[in-house]
Amino acid sequence: MINTKDILETIKMIEEEHLDIRTITMGISLTDCAADSIDMLCTRVYDKITRMAERLVRVGEDIEHEYGIPIINKRISVTPISIIASSCRALDFSPIAKAMDRAAEVVGVNFIGGYSALVHKGYTNADRNLIESIPEALSATGRVCSSVNVATTKAGINMDAVAQMGRIIKTCAYLTKDNSSIACAKLVVFANVPEDNPFMAGAFHGVGEPECVINVGVSGPGVVRSAIERAGECDMSALAETIKKTAFKITRMGQLVAGEASRRLGVPFGIVDLSLAPTPAIGDSVAHILEAMGLECTGGHGTTAALAMLNDAVKKGGVMASSHVGGLSGAFIPVSEDAGMISAVEKGVLRLDKLEAMTAVCSVGLDMIAIPGSTTAEVISAIIADEISIGVVNNKTTACRLIPAYGCEAGDRVEFGGLLGTAPVMKIEQSSPEIFINRGGRIPAPIQSLRN
Amino acid sequence: MKAVITVVGKDVVGIIAAVSNELVKYNVNIVDISQSVFDDIFAMVMMVDISGCTIPFTSFVDELNSLGESRGLKIHTMHEDIFNSMHKI
Repeated sequence: MINTKDILETIKMIEEEHLDIRTITMGISLTDCAADSIDMLCTRVYDKITRMAERLVRVGEDIEHEYGIPIINKRISVTPISIIASSCRALDFSPIAKAMDRAAEVVGVNFIGGYSALVHKGYTNADRNLIESIPEALSATGRVCSSVNVATTKAGINMDAVAQMGRIIKTCAYLTKDNSSIACAKLVVFANVPEDNPFMAGAFHGVGEPECVINVGVSGPGVVRSAIERAGECDMSALAETIKKTAFKITRMGQLVAGEASRRLGVPFGIVDLSLAPTPAIGDSVAHILEAMGLECTGGHGTTAALAMLNDAVKKGGVMASSHVGGLSGAFIPVSEDAGMISAVEKGVLRLDKLEAMTAVCSVGLDMIAIPGSTTAEVISAIIADEISIGVVNNKTTACRLIPAYGCEAGDRVEFGGLLGTAPVMKIEQSSPEIFINRGGRIPAPIQSLRN
Repeated sequence: MKAVITVVGKDVVGIIAAVSNELVKYNVNIVDISQSVFDDIFAMVMMVDISGCTIPFTSFVDELNSLGESRGLKIHTMHEDIFNSMHKI
């Protein structure tokens, strides 16, 4: 018999502490959809996605119902489109994004990721065409997400791509200027991108992945915060132990749901992503965990250390709870999606420099940060270059999802709605890195020994 | 296959009867019950066997939910696997 205390604990986690499965993401390989003509390619992409994911949403809802656990998002990731579109003669790939968007709408998922290119060492012609088409693709669709990997620890940093992404982000912001520059919220620039990440906007189905796979992202910042509050006055060793135990329970639930979804859909289970993903809801904030650990306000001195401990303890607790762990696995710090982060920025305590330092010890990067609309493409590229360097040198994933909100100044607020939340526009250093960024070329791969 | 039903709400006459009646209606057998009342708040945890349930489990969950709503009670019905996986290694 399961004891009553455990039963009530689980129900409390779900009811009061926002415990949920953040996403069930179906990865679908589109490599067999390649075609000469873009129309044919679009038809094949649409047909394959709608066929493979036909039952995804229904199965997700059934599991949610039977187990009594909210499953917030059902999503799809596909093979990076630049790979499958390289067979096609067209120069503009945006019709493929539109086909993906229609397919996502028909199967009922809220996001589909994979309008992506991997250019860490250089561009293929298709990569070039795809990246050029990102602004059109993201402004003409509502569900498609795009990512570009510009660096890896083994290949170094493609600075031509970094420079180009600054311009692409500016264009995305301009094309959706009447809608809070929302296209930028669906575009991520990565270093060391994982191929099995279930979280948007950076999800895609890597080339080493099987035909179709189920990946699950768990969440639960509220549960971790409550556990820390209950632990009361204790030292760091005891606190780490508390976080580990909580992460274990959260992840076990993710593993159960992943296994069940995989069985019912007849699709292999890939990974559970052990992430603490906040939402704008009160009580679902990573910043509030750091504050429960004893900081007056997130962003103050001590934040990096607290986050490093939290991130490590979540992984240690989660690893044993799941048979396969992957994706991004860590604490997310998206500013607009976290009530505690928003308030720390508005108090002037949390600034971009501190956020950058925090990304050195957690997943995943400068995420959902609104900056003034007048910021130049070169400054955006330079912010990307800084963030990407942290990932490359430290052999970890880092990323940038920056929103140069058109017409907005530092101190304004940008509303994205839903899970994307509200972003305070952050003040950033505007001195010009133009000559540095326009040099182009590649920053060589860093040395992996003599590590200081 | 087993499920856990929890019922929480203001204590009134006939809560156990109402819930048990619903279980009988769908051929669901009670395996274990723990129940108490704190300061007028009724709390019950039931372990039930749903292998003979005459309707799909998701519909059974809905039926109990609407029973809860009609009587001002919070009723959760969840598959036992969730508790086993979270609290047992």
